[in-house]
Amino acid sequence: MIGLISYFAFFLTVALIFGIVTLGLDLQWGKTGIFNAGVVGFYAIGAYGFAILTAPASPAFLGNFGLPWAVGIFGAMLISAFAALLVGLATIRLRDDYLSVASFGIAITIQLIVTNWQPMTGGTMGIGQLPNPTRGLFEVRLWNGIAYLGLVATVLALVCYALARMTRSPWGRVLRAMREDEPAARTLGKNTVAFRLQCFVIGSTLMGLGGALYASFTGFVSPADFLPIVTFLVWTMLIVGGSGNALGALLGAILVWGIWSMLGAAIARFMPVGLQAQAGAVQAMFIGIVLVLVLLFRPRGLVGEAPTTSRTSR
Amino acid sequence: MIGQALVDGLLTGGILSLGAIGYSLCSQILRFSNFAHSELLTWGAYIALMVVGSLPLGTPLAPFSFGWPFLVAVLVACICTGFLAIGVDALVFRRLRANGAARLTLVFASFGVALTLRHAVLFFWGGNAQYYSRNLTMAVEILPGVRMLPDQIFVLGLTVVLVVVLHLFLSRSRSGIAMRAMADNPALSRASGIDVAAVIRWTWMLSGALAALAGIFAGLTVQLRPELGFNMLLAIFAAAILGGSGNLFGAVLGGLIVGLAESLSTLMLPTGYKGAVPFVLLLLVLSLRPQGLFSKSSRL
Repeated sequence: MIGLISYFAFFLTVALIFGIVTLGLDLQWGKTGIFNAGVVGFYAIGAYGFAILTAPASPAFLGNFGLPWAVGIFGAMLISAFAALLVGLATIRLRDDYLSVASFGIAITIQLIVTNWQPMTGGTMGIGQLPNPTRGLFEVRLWNGIAYLGLVATVLALVCYALARMTRSPWGRVLRAMREDEPAARTLGKNTVAFRLQCFVIGSTLMGLGGALYASFTGFVSPADFLPIVTFLVWTMLIVGGSGNALGALLGAILVWGIWSMLGAAIARFMPVGLQAQAGAVQAMFIGIVLVLVLLFRPRGLVGEAPTTSRTSR
Repeated sequence: MIGQALVDGLLTGGILSLGAIGYSLCSQILRFSNFAHSELLTWGAYIALMVVGSLPLGTPLAPFSFGWPFLVAVLVACICTGFLAIGVDALVFRRLRANGAARLTLVFASFGVALTLRHAVLFFWGGNAQYYSRNLTMAVEILPGVRMLPDQIFVLGLTVVLVVVLHLFLSRSRSGIAMRAMADNPALSRASGIDVAAVIRWTWMLSGALAALAGIFAGLTVQLRPELGFNMLLAIFAAAILGGSGNLFGAVLGGLIVGLAESLSTLMLPTGYKGAVPFVLLLLVLSLRPQGLFSKSSRL
C-alpha cells in the first residue's frame, strides 16, 4: 500500500512539473500562437541552471556554487528568461514554420552544449547531489515525497493564478487578438513583436522553472533526461488536453504522463529483459499515434478553449 | 588537412542536398514543414539493409565494398520509401487536408508521425549500429594528401547524376512541370486542370525516393542507426532554408554549404559541436537574408 502511494506521489510530482512546462507552452502557442519546437532546450537550461547554482562545490567543476535552493530556483528562471530573450530577439519575427525550425535548432544546440561542456555541465555524467528542501524533513521517506509534491502543487497553483490574471488583463487580450489576427492587432497600434517577445520569454521561463523543479526532485541532471522527445511529449500534452485553456494543459500533462508511465510499467513487467530497448520504442510510438489520432478526430483536444464573448454583446 | 575537410564536407553536403531537395519539394507543394522527413531517410536506409540481408551475398564489385545486391536494394528501398510516404499521407496528412486543418496542424501531425516512424525502426531493427557490408576497402589518394574511399566517390558521383536527372525531370516532363506549377500557385494549377492528387502522390514518391537515397548513402559512408535521419534533420532544414524555395539548385547549394561548414568547423571547434553549425548558419541566413540565398520570396 505504502509502495503504491509512494509511486503515486512520484508520478503526480512529475506530472505536475510537466504541467508547469505545458502551461508555459500554452502561453506561447495556445494564447499567442508562437510555435516553439525547442521546449526541451529551455527545460534543460532551467535544470542545468539550478544544478550549476546549487550543487556542492567540487574542484572538477567551474560552477557548482552551492547556493541555497530558493536562489537556485529563481536563478534558473532568470537564466532561462535571459536565454529566451537572446533567442527571441534573433527569431521572434520569423514566420511560424521558420520559427519552429529555428527553435528546434536551439534545443539541439543546447543539448550539444550540455553534453560537451564538461567543466560546466559534467558532460554525459551530469551533475549530482542537488538540494531538495523536503529531503530529510521527515523520518519516513514517503512523507518527504509527499511534501515535495505539495511544494510543486503550490508552485503550480501560483503559476496558474498568475497566468489567469495575466490572460484576463489587457495584456492577455492583446495576445489573443494577435493570435486571431496579427495585422489587425498591429493596425490598432499594438507593438506585436514586443508582445510576442514578452510572451516567449515568460513561457520559456516557466519551462525553465519546470526543469529546475525536476532537477531538484531527482537530485541529479544528465543529458539523458533532456532528449528531443521531451519536446514532443510536452506538445502532445498540450494538444491532447486542448490548447488555450489552463485546465486542458494540466489535464493533458497528467493524462499523457499517465499513459507514458503506465506503458513503461507494463513493458517493464511483461517484456523479456533482452528487449527493453524495443520496449522503450513502443512507448514513444504509442505517444506518436495518440498525437496523430487526437489531431485527426478531436483537433480541439479534450478541453478546448472556452468561447469568450464580450460582456456587453448579446 | 583542409583539403581532406573540403572533400569530406562535399560528400556530407551532397547527401544533405538529396535530403533537402526532397524536403523542400514537399514543403513547397504541400505547404508545411515535415518534421517526419528525416524518418524517411532512416526507413530508406533500413529497407535497403533488409533487402541486402535477404539477397545472396555475391562478390563485391571491386573496388567498392558492395556487390550487385546492394544496387538492387537501393532501387527497392527508393520505391518502398516512396510508397511509405504516400501511405503516411493517405493515413494522416490527406485526411487532415480534407478536414481543412491549419498548416501548423500538419506540422504537429508530422511530429507524431516522426515519433512513430523513428521508434518503429528501433523496434524492428534494434538500436545497435549496422553496416551494409563488412568488406574493407582501400582509400584512394585523389589529390596529394586527400583520400577518399571508393564508396564515397561512388556516392558523390551518383549524387551529381541524380541532381541532373532531377533537373531534367522537373523542367521537361509533364509531371515535373505540374509539380512546379503546384508549388507556384495551387489555385491556378487546379483551375488549369492539373490532377492535384496525382501531383501530390508524385511529390511524396519523389521526396521519399530521394530521402531513401540520402539515408542509404549516409548508411554506406558512415553507419546505420535508428537516429541516422533525425540527426540530419536540422542540417536538412538549414540546407533547404539556405537555398530558398522554388529552386532545385538552391537546395543543392544549401546542402553543400551546410556540409562544408560542418566539416570545416571541425578544424576550429571540438567535433562535439559540429551539430550546432547548421543552426548558426540558419540564424545567420534568417536574420540577414530571410528569403534564402537564392530566392526572392519573403519569409517573414
